[in-house]
Order: sequence, then structure tokens, then C-alpha cells
Amino acid sequence: MWEYTDKVKDHFLHPRNVGEVEDADAVAEVGSIACGDALKLSFKLDENKRIKEVKFKTFGCASAIATSSALTEMIKGMTLEEAEKVTNQDIANYLGGLPQEKMHCSVMGREALEKAIAIYKGTVPKETEGKIVCECFGVTDLEIERAIRENNLATLEDVTNFTKAGGGCGNCHGAIQEIIDRVRGELSTKPPERPKLSNIQKIKRIEETIEREIRPSLKLDGGDIELIDVVGNRVLVATRGACASCQASNQTLKHFVEAKLRELVWPELVVEEVSQ
Amino acid sequence: MKTIYLDNNATTQVAPEVLEAMLPYFHDLYGNPSSMHSFGGQVGRKLREAREQVAALIGAVPGEIIFTSCGTESDNAAIRSALISQPEKRHIVTSRVEHPAIKALCAHLTDQGYRVTELPVDGEGRIDMDQYEKSLTPDTAIVSLMWANNETGVIFPIEAAAQMARSRGILFHTDAVQAVGKIPIDMSKSAVNMLSISGHKLHAPKGIGVLYVRKGTKFSPFLIGGHQEKNRRGGTENTPSIIALGKACELAAQNMELENTKVKALRDKLENELLARIPNSRVNGDRVNRLPNTTNISFEFVEGEGILLMLDEFSICASSGSACTSGSLQPSHVLRAMGVPFTMAHGSIRFSLSIYNTEEEIDFVIEKLPSIIETLRGMSPYWKVGDRICSTY
Ligand code: FES
Repeated sequence: MWEYTDKVKDHFLHPRNVGEVEDADAVAEVGSIACGDALKLSFKLDENKRIKEVKFKTFGCASAIATSSALTEMIKGMTLEEAEKVTNQDIANYLGGLPQEKMHCSVMGREALEKAIAIYKGTVPKETEGKIVCECFGVTDLEIERAIRENNLATLEDVTNFTKAGGGCGNCHGAIQEIIDRVRGELSTKPPERPKLSNIQKIKRIEETIEREIRPSLKLDGGDIELIDVVGNRVLVATRGACASCQASNQTLKHFVEAKLRELVWPELVVEEVSQ
Repeated sequence: MKTIYLDNNATTQVAPEVLEAMLPYFHDLYGNPSSMHSFGGQVGRKLREAREQVAALIGAVPGEIIFTSCGTESDNAAIRSALISQPEKRHIVTSRVEHPAIKALCAHLTDQGYRVTELPVDGEGRIDMDQYEKSLTPDTAIVSLMWANNETGVIFPIEAAAQMARSRGILFHTDAVQAVGKIPIDMSKSAVNMLSISGHKLHAPKGIGVLYVRKGTKFSPFLIGGHQEKNRRGGTENTPSIIALGKACELAAQNMELENTKVKALRDKLENELLARIPNSRVNGDRVNRLPNTTNISFEFVEGEGILLMLDEFSICASSGSACTSGSLQPSHVLRAMGVPFTMAHGSIRFSLSIYNTEEEIDFVIEKLPSIIETLRGMSPYWKVGDRICSTY
């Protein structure tokens, strides 16, 4: 059983904007029945060039239907310039998250939107120029590369979760790995511009990361951790339970807690333990 | 809402009589059957009785029954034993539609240098016996074919296949996890060497299985340890579950008739009504040689996961061979091996009944499912109202 959020379930059981817009300004179809999911998106603009009406028809699992429904709700009222900026992560976030294995549904939503906008503008989306890497699901090198860049993917499994590439016979695994290695190589030589975080945002993200990524692991070993304060890039924490009496807890703080926070929040964070 | 459980090929409810039989062996009668004292000895006697009950259901003698922890262990033990006891033979024959316990094991053995022939199946899920016969070679150590398929219920001609293997001196194993208790099986008249059973598929608890090994078949143990199971499977016996399985087998023998009358009638009603009420639907697999409790129906242009979640809203439990639910990105290997078209494979639902299902439950599903399919088709870009796209069905 997939762990879907209530929002995903709601949008699946009560999908918004099902159908096809009459006299649409643009209609785009992505996916195929052979691949297991497909989405047909149509929209119409108002006199101010904002999306006035948008509808979808989707063949696919519950999360494919939910992401389509969410997408239509999100972009209604947007200008095309605004809609163009919607990422697959935005769609997933709107639904309170998707299981990793289902992230490809959000990618399909973003692809359909992009294609519809391109069709409206009369430009051909560049994805079609790529060369097919995964025959089973018809995924091109450009699509894979883009998913890696936009979602910071690191493993073959990630790529399959986000694009489906590699989820069939497995013949393309070598080729996908090559793309991952190349793109990761490029990414690490020029670090991406990180948007500045405000202090409030930073604290919030640290809190969330500790809650979601760190405490569950520590609890498995009978330990726990509490965030005391954040001063600049110094994260002050107190350890509890098994961690508090553990010789190796300093190691845990550096190698696990700090590494996680650096990876997921901000690369310059330093974790310090305060004794209470 | 009351749960309507139509997923009995996944697992079954422990029968009330079975639960009652096993409970004393957790707390009051916890002795070790191997102990010298009579406190343990009385448990040992009860195990003997269970072994007899299991043997009786499949026409075996008690000494041919080895208790294991599950069907997967039984499958592993059978195949590995065959390979170890005939080290000169390096070939295995099986089918494309086996349970992962066999499929994954064979893939693993391929990596270790064994040669595996996976027999294809036709559109109805049947193997070609001529092709099977041709696949048997002097190098073949063992054939492993499932008695009945878990997804479609299709029954393979196991007796005939086992005869062909025996006449060539090849060992024959069958994963009979889905068949035992649902259709008559008689090892006293069979050429099968080894057969796997899983307790939780026939109203015993999870975590108990059986490997039947015909007398005279060379056997090399999988779990090496104590002298239990006549040195064929080490490890202290799971006494409550073994006793439960014995009881479950006794009940299964009594209920076999019911499986093939009442359960079959309910299954047929469900299947026929759904096919009649829902256009562009079809049954996957041979409808003649099939378990009485299973139906696998495809609904064109919709995806199985959505159907299951909408059924779940009515507390109806079933399963699907769609990509989203198969744990991979492709539909089930069974439907793909049968060449079920994509338009159909993604929308397949398996209903598997038991003697505990009632006619009201079946009527409720027949009432609810058509509108679920209609709703999902209403969202599907491939479904044009009133227009049958695939004329072949
Ligand atoms: S070619 Fe990519 S999985 Fe088959």
C-alpha cells in the first residue's frame, strides 16, 4: 500500500477540472498507455493572457490523477510566464509530498504543462530533440539530464523514480549511470547558486530536517536529539536517551546530524552540543 | 464498514477452529517436542497428529512431510536440494509465470552458472506440452512448475508434466501453494517428487509451510542444525503453527466440496455479472482449467491502482497486476508473459474468494464496481464514451 497524503487522496477521489476545455488555446498530450500513464492537458486564456480554464484527462495510478488535478488548480489564474516556472517539486509540495516511487507523476504533470505552453507559443519543446536512452519507457537523455539537475538526483533508483527510465528490462542501466556520472561531475565542479535563506527560513528548515530525517534514525538506537538554538550557522542541540551517555555521540553529531543538515539545509552549518 | 475480503490468494483469515486448536500451545503446552519429559512429549504427539493431517490432505505418508517456515523456504529447499544431490546436472526447467520465490531463485542460480529454461505460456496462460517435453535434457536436474497460478488461478497439467520428467529420471517439484486445499491432490498416484505448501493460504497462520518430499527422493537439507524433521530441517518446531496447519488441512479436506460448489458459484457470478455490466472487460487466463476461487479481470483504459483505492473506500479488498501495484513500473510478469495487451494489463484486478465469502458481499461488489470503472474511464484520455476502441474484445 502506498503512503499517500490526505491531499493526494482528496485530489484522487475528488479530482478537480476533469475533462477537455472547449475551443482550447492549447492541448498537449504526454505519456502513453504502454508506459502506464498519460495526461492530456488543455487550457484557455482570458483577455489578460491569464489561464482562465484548464482541464485534464489522465490515465494512470491514483497519484497520476491527483497530480494532474493539483496542477490544474495551481496554474489557474496564472500568466504563462508564471506557469512556466512551476516545477515538478512544486506540484509534489502542493500535495504535501509524493512517495519517492511516484515522483514521475509530478514530472509528467510538469512535462504536459510545458508542452502545452510550447504548443501555444508555437515552439517545439527541446525534449523531443534528445535521443532515447530507455526504450521501455521512451525516455531521452535530455529528459534524464534535466530530472537529475532539477531534483538533484544521485542514483539510478532516483532517476527511475522520477522519469521511469530504467524501470523495465534494465538494458539502459549502464547508459543512465553514465549520464548521472557526467551530470554529477558537472554539478560538483560548479556549485549551484544557493538562494539565500532568511534566518527564520533556516531555523524552520533545520527543525523540519531534524524531525523528518534525523530523529527517527536516532530513535531506532534509543537516542534522541533536541534543537536548542540556531546562532548564525551554529546549530545548538542537546542529546537525549542513549545518545546522551554514548561515547560515540560526538561522531554521530558530526558524521550524521551535521552531514544531513549540511546536505539538506545549508552547507556551512556546524552542529554543537550544549550541556544542559 | 465491514471488510469484504476478496484477496484470499494473498493471504487468508485463520479459521476459528484453527485458532482454537493452536492457542494452548503458546502458553499452557509450551513444551519442546524433543524433550524427554512427558510435558514435552505430549506436544510431540500432537505434532505427529498434525503431520498425519497434512499428509492425509495430499495423499502422502507422514514421513514425507517436512515442516518449514513458509512456501518460499520450501521452494528454496526443494530446488537447492535437487542441485546439490546431482552436482553433475546444471539445467533447470521452469515457467515464465512462477511465483517470485522460484523466479528470483532461478535468476540467482543463473548468475551462479546454472542454465534455466523458462517455458513461455500462451494467451490463456497455458504451457505447450510439446515444448515442455523438448526442453528436458540429460543435463536437467529439476523441473519446477507451479500447480496453480496465484494471479490468474490457471492450473498447469502437473501430473502429465511430472510423468514426463520421471520417465527421463528428472526430479519434479511443484509450488502448490495456491492449489492445496482448493483442488484435490493425491501424491499416492503422482510422479511429483517435491511439493510446496504455505499455511496462510489455507486458513492457517503465516510463518508455517511444508515441503513434501517423496520417499526415496534424495534430499539434502536447506537448514542444517538439530535432528528435527528427521535431520531434514534443523530448528525447533513452530509447534502452535504446525498444529494449526494440521487442523487447517483437516478442515480443507472437509471444505473441498464447498470450494468447488459454493465458492465457485460465487466466483462465477461475480465474473459473469462484471463482464456483462462493464464493457471492454475480459478475463485473463484459461477459464476452464482454473482454481474455483480466482478470477482475474481486466478493464480496458483504466489503471488498477485507482480501482483498488476506490474499492478500498467501500472496504472491498482485492489486488491488481498493474504497474503501480506490482512494485515495479511494468505490469505483472504473469500478464506480460501471457501477452495481455497494455490497454488491458494495466487495468487488471484479481478477486480471490474463500468459503467465508457470502452472496451479499459479491452482490455489493457487483453493484459498486461498474460505477468505479465508469468514473475512472471518465478521466481517461483513451476512453471515448460509447465508443469501443478495441474491437477484439
Ligand atoms: S530500456 Fe530502459 S528499462 Fe528497458
